[in-house]
Amino acid sequence: MNLIRTGKSGTLESSDVMITVRNNPANKIEIKLKSIVEKGFGNHIRSFVESVLEEMMVVSAIVDIDDRSALDCVIRARLETALHRAAGITVFNWEEIQ
Amino acid sequence: MPENAAGREIPRTIHGLQAVKPFEGSFVNTPLVRIQKGSRTLPRLNKLVESIEQAILKSELKDGMTVSFHHHLRNGDMVLNMVMDVIANLGIKNLTIASSSLTSAHEPLIRHIRHGVVTRLVTSGLRDKLAEEISHGLLDIPVLFHSHGGRARMIESGEMKIDIAFLGVPSCDVYGNANGYSGPSACGSLGYAMVDAVHASKVVLITDNLVEYPNTPFSILQDQVDYIVQVDQIGDPEGISAGALRMTRNPRDILIAQYATHVIEHSGYMEDGFSLQTGSGSISLAVTNFLRDVMLRKNFRASFALGGITGNIVGLHEEGLIKRLLDVQSFDKEAIRSIAENRFHTEIDASYYANPHNKGCATNKINVVILSAMEIDTDFNVNVLTGSDGIIRGASGGHSDTAIGSGISVIVAPLFRGRTATVVDRVQTIITPGDTVDVLVTDHGVAVNPKRQDISERLKTKHLPIYTIEQLQEKAEKITGRPEPVQFEKRIVGVVEYRDGTILDVIHQVKD
Amino acid sequence: MLYVPGNNPNMVKDAHIYRSDSVMFDLEDSVSVQEKDAARFLIFRALKSIDYENTETVVRINGLNTPFGVDDVKAMVRARPDVIRLPKTETPDDIKAVDKLISEVEKAAGIEEGSIKLFAAIENAKGVVHAYQIALSSPRLVGIAFGAEDFVTNLNTQRSKGGLELFTARQEILMASRAAGLHAIDTVFSDVNDDEGFRREVELIKSMGFDGKSVINPRQVSMVHEIYTPTMEQINSARKILRAIEQAESEGSGVASVNGKMIDKPIVERARRTLELAHLSGIYLDEMEEEEFNA
Repeated sequence: MNLIRTGKSGTLESSDVMITVRNNPANKIEIKLKSIVEKGFGNHIRSFVESVLEEMMVVSAIVDIDDRSALDCVIRARLETALHRAAGITVFNWEEIQ
Repeated sequence: MPENAAGREIPRTIHGLQAVKPFEGSFVNTPLVRIQKGSRTLPRLNKLVESIEQAILKSELKDGMTVSFHHHLRNGDMVLNMVMDVIANLGIKNLTIASSSLTSAHEPLIRHIRHGVVTRLVTSGLRDKLAEEISHGLLDIPVLFHSHGGRARMIESGEMKIDIAFLGVPSCDVYGNANGYSGPSACGSLGYAMVDAVHASKVVLITDNLVEYPNTPFSILQDQVDYIVQVDQIGDPEGISAGALRMTRNPRDILIAQYATHVIEHSGYMEDGFSLQTGSGSISLAVTNFLRDVMLRKNFRASFALGGITGNIVGLHEEGLIKRLLDVQSFDKEAIRSIAENRFHTEIDASYYANPHNKGCATNKINVVILSAMEIDTDFNVNVLTGSDGIIRGASGGHSDTAIGSGISVIVAPLFRGRTATVVDRVQTIITPGDTVDVLVTDHGVAVNPKRQDISERLKTKHLPIYTIEQLQEKAEKITGRPEPVQFEKRIVGVVEYRDGTILDVIHQVKD
Repeated sequence: MLYVPGNNPNMVKDAHIYRSDSVMFDLEDSVSVQEKDAARFLIFRALKSIDYENTETVVRINGLNTPFGVDDVKAMVRARPDVIRLPKTETPDDIKAVDKLISEVEKAAGIEEGSIKLFAAIENAKGVVHAYQIALSSPRLVGIAFGAEDFVTNLNTQRSKGGLELFTARQEILMASRAAGLHAIDTVFSDVNDDEGFRREVELIKSMGFDGKSVINPRQVSMVHEIYTPTMEQINSARKILRAIEQAESEGSGVASVNGKMIDKPIVERARRTLELAHLSGIYLDEMEEEEFNA
């Protein structure tokens, strides 16, 4: 997946997460996490986001995460939405999405 | 036989008297009274001193002493900061502060701790930045956390000696009669302060509302008071009390409140003449409103409510549904109005409220109590002091006092907040031991302590989603995931005292 | 049926705690055009990872004539809700089109064909007029819901207290559903502060014969349950009737009576329905009654 612009999704409401993704000129994955549950879940969220990026075949991205204690499925949904928006995809490939 | 100063012969020993001290003159041995009648110099007809500094100097505050405050002015308190600033300026150091609790208004203490003015805290709770700093090791000596009843116990027994009590009072006369329900900084009950006034070696009252003598009715008595200081403002009214607290519209809170009401109704502890105590959180308020519906439906009246009194409890009393109110702390403007006007809304002090070692405290007489929790574990131990991240952010308060005293203690809380589970394997800090906690009510289900088979039996067929607490913990973990355990240093930053003075738990410094 | 806005994680994550019979995750009217994709992903992921326990899961997709409907179906079928609800159904062809699409996706995703059910929402005059044909249009269809807000606009009128303007539509949908053996769900009551008005409407549609009501606020869930729960009196007389039938059957007699009144088939059916409602409300029935209910 190639990110051609900045994609943003989610809100700062409690239990939600705001995720912004864009291409990384340094051609690697860079995750910037700000989370109200950093202590208990910070590491988990980082590796979870990494694995989703890998699954979606994203190799270059800057991912800004402002987490308000969202569950994994919410983080994943917001990330997928942001990535599709950043990639300018309007035709979704549901066969591939697990 | 020698003559006394009135010219009478008094024998040196008299049968039945330990010692005989002859009369020396009317004014000689009563220093507080005028030196002679008709004199225009009238010493000690008032206890006013010019400034806080004067009060401190006259009270002879020294390094290493214990000073006390109360938290009836809540987030609007200005007294503690005013007094500590003056103390710091005078170069006094190594003080212990014993405040009934500390709120977000007390962040300036951080500075005083850094400069060595304050080296020890004895309190029911800590909040915000001050709490965070202490969690990260700001103080050398661990903070001693106590319950409301525990504080009264340690003061009354002499375990903790207060050298000087600095008590902010919303109204006061020149001789020291003070109450909390009149004046611009009215706060209602002065229950915590009253204990300090009785037992502290020196008592300084600080008021922004000096009134005519005698200021009756009074909560603090003139013969307890040494000095009085008049200042412009003792507290910010916005922070002292809330306006009318409206019932929550949050469907989750309402759901929990509905379950809790159902539990209480069928627990066997709600009958005509029952007594209750509720907290001031939104779920507790909703429960009170729903209990009202049950009371109207079943034609029950409560004999009394204890607290922590809020406007909606006052409303029930004025409706005739609760006969009497016992008030150690008035939370909002309605409660303050009521305690001022109504002699059946009675102020009680912290010892009467919850001291486990006196001749019988009010919490012993409670049937139903509704409490909150930050965390509760599978042994039903409750934590209301530290977050799941190990950082201090709350207060012990009356939680453990009321849990044990009540016929049924009901904890109301969402199963998880965001992705932080409320029901855990093991709480970070135990404030209230599990064998005093009876029922947990969450939005996902209800768990009854296995020690309370009687309650379990009664709730069986009442269409409640009942689970074991282990099942609730698993449910929570399945949804939120399991957090990494918090990393702590070896150093202890807080000690949790149970209401009887024994040590229940310790809080370690968080690693960062 | 509790409506849950599809882009709201706070409500979506545990909408089943309010114990409604079903939760309807909405991708349509409560989601803005810019957030259709976000809501779709959110509900997709929520359905796949959250255990909604015994609550029926329904997703209201956007119509196939919008830019979003097809993607909604392609995603949602793969997330396997119990039911997909099609808004603004006007003709049986609308149902047939979405049925076909669902089948294609089920096949492509290796899901047992026919496992995802359909609900049709009728929200305008054209839909009402075609109600019976819609009801017969697909084996997937399990029920019809009535949407009054769009309907009254379509009729050039407004909603009134008595609901007279909705009367015919409700009747049509009810009859069509019953004739085809489907569930019938009444429309939303939007004034969440008017408890009295809500109760009156629920009483009305219950006595008309509707199986249930759409609710937009969790508070309304318990009110609907309360009104639909039979009284102990009704339950006891239902039990009496079923016991009489049982006894008559065991004695080989074809005729039974209670209180001097003969019991014929419709009465027995109503009695069974009452006990079914009682059972669904969780009213405690002892073992003996369980047997009666299952007889």
